[in-house]
Amino acid sequence: MARFATIRKLRWDNACVPNMTDYATERARFSWDEARRSLDGLPNGRGLNIAHEMVDRHAAGGHRSHVALRCLPRHGARTDLTYGELARRSSQFANALDRLGVTRSDRVFVLMPRTWWLYVSVIGALKHRCVVSPLFEAFGPEPIRERLALGGARVLVTTPDLYRHRVAPIRTLLPELRHVLLATTSTPASAPRRETATEIPGTLDMALLLEAAPDSYVIGHTDPEDLALLHFTSGTTGPPKGALHVHDAIVSHHATGRIALDLHPDDVYWCTADPGWVTGTSYGIVAPLAHGVTSVVHEGGFDAERWYGVLESEGVTVWYTSPTALRMLMAAGSEMARDHDLSRLRFVATVGEPLGPDVVVWSSDALGVPAHDTWWQTETGAIMVANYACMDIRPGSMGRPHPGVDATVLARDDQGHVLLDPDGTAVEAEAGLDGELAIRPSWPSMFRGYLGGDERYQACFSGGWYLTGDLARRDAEGYFWFVGRSDDVIESAGHLIGPFEVESVLMEHPGVAEAGVIGVPDPVAGEIVKAFVSVRPGYEAGDDLRLDLLGFARKRLGATMAPREIAFDQHLPHTSSGKVMRRLLRSRELGRPRGDMSTTEDGP
Amino acid sequence: MTGEEARQIVRALLHEVAPDADLDNVSSDATLQESLGLDSLDFLAFVDRLHERTGIEIPERDYPRLLTIDDCVSFLVSATLPGQSPT
Repeated sequence: MARFATIRKLRWDNACVPNMTDYATERARFSWDEARRSLDGLPNGRGLNIAHEMVDRHAAGGHRSHVALRCLPRHGARTDLTYGELARRSSQFANALDRLGVTRSDRVFVLMPRTWWLYVSVIGALKHRCVVSPLFEAFGPEPIRERLALGGARVLVTTPDLYRHRVAPIRTLLPELRHVLLATTSTPASAPRRETATEIPGTLDMALLLEAAPDSYVIGHTDPEDLALLHFTSGTTGPPKGALHVHDAIVSHHATGRIALDLHPDDVYWCTADPGWVTGTSYGIVAPLAHGVTSVVHEGGFDAERWYGVLESEGVTVWYTSPTALRMLMAAGSEMARDHDLSRLRFVATVGEPLGPDVVVWSSDALGVPAHDTWWQTETGAIMVANYACMDIRPGSMGRPHPGVDATVLARDDQGHVLLDPDGTAVEAEAGLDGELAIRPSWPSMFRGYLGGDERYQACFSGGWYLTGDLARRDAEGYFWFVGRSDDVIESAGHLIGPFEVESVLMEHPGVAEAGVIGVPDPVAGEIVKAFVSVRPGYEAGDDLRLDLLGFARKRLGATMAPREIAFDQHLPHTSSGKVMRRLLRSRELGRPRGDMSTTEDGP
Repeated sequence: MTGEEARQIVRALLHEVAPDADLDNVSSDATLQESLGLDSLDFLAFVDRLHERTGIEIPERDYPRLLTIDDCVSFLVSATLPGQSPT
């Protein structure tokens, strides 16, 4: 299974002893109850609230003047925000929500670039016991509208630019959206005075609201099972699914921050994911703050030279990024890495797509530390399978289940369903055989449902296991190896993209009769989105229409979700129920055997 | 290659990668990422096309020289000067 030599962990680099020094010992002694006890809980037994664990408990103690966020804006100077300041500002935001009449359980959506406002909004809304849903900054108007509508958004926090281009055109379609709050500046230092109050109708100026609000806030009783976060993820069919997470998830975020990311109190930590994806929230906001470390908040997108510069100048010690980013750094050449002093970098981890063994080895050579792959998904809320600081790495492997997590590979029948014994228990696959990766419920950050989709939620469980939709195999030593998706969801540059959402937008174009969307392999992004389109009479399949469609899709979906390639095909393959058969499109594209054709109505 | 030729090539290729971008209303010294909404994969696709169209080698270390439309134009012009190498 392993073509690359195992990377041994014989000694602790930089004399920093990992929080977990022996995998087997930690797995044997770990319990979620004990993990829960390492958190503070709200004072006077008022329950458990993520915001208190992230900020208030640090601000109330000796950590008050420790830097929580080191914000590196796209333009302008960097700004530090201490735990004390973050507690104060987020309390102002909670009070501001209160004054607007926003109440517990109301949905607050945050569509923001990575600035301190984003953190203040998320933390403040959690303090006020609202349900927070961060959206990806690069989404186009259609994914934004769909998520705000599905989620019943009451409040949206965004910027004037994003509002004008992405939200204003769809605002009338969102009658439940009561308040739009605009963050007009990127740093607290340049907080605007009254003359810069937003002049966009139907919006409020965040800075003015905060200025007018008291800076202390007592968090009300929060049951650990109260809803806290709403993350949208993509499925094969239908609209995006809103996965619901509760305040108890902090137990998982904190434990995995300690064990899988090996966070130590003096760490300077950088998570490159946008909070619009679950990684950017669980590990860009929650876990590092819960541990009281300093987080680098870098606003810009990928830029090899600049990213190395950030690692060097900020003295980043723990880095959580994506395989795509590492592949792009690899393409930029090892010399660029050697031009920078990365000696403080102690631990590198990745998530979002399989991490190739070549990249693990490259990381070891060029960055001085190997990259540690981790596996989890929106529904699991936190890292489930990982490579750890203390554990030998088998390059290309996802690693082994996190302490407290019972993971397995389930055998599947010919139809791709997990095999059940007559008594209803699922059959585990033997070592070395492919099957569906499954996790035994429950762990604290397990999703508690899909918004309005109980049937879809129930369908995720079988034979006593949560089914992840990912195919994997396990080797004799218990390392897991990713095999592929069991559905049509596309993984591009660490982002999960639902083909249905893309197809639906393409079908809105007057020239499109039908569309099938799949992921095709790409050396940098893992997969890229490719659309197959049949055109309506009166339209000509050609470069003009291709560009028109590309532009049409990018405008509505944003660059991340829109197709990178479009092919015209007047004979798209169909299933017997008349749906475009993506599996056949994929195998045609890859030139692989076409597999079972029994459900095809008319062959290609 | 003249500046005008280079500008036409750059605009044509940007239009192929991001047909939604309004090239007429973007300042030529604004970054492609911010003004045209290009993401990293778009940028790589743009660089590939630039290489295909002009034959000029564009190693990763030169990417910072391609941040704006003006940058790209100067890069192409200097790379095609007789006896000049772009790097």
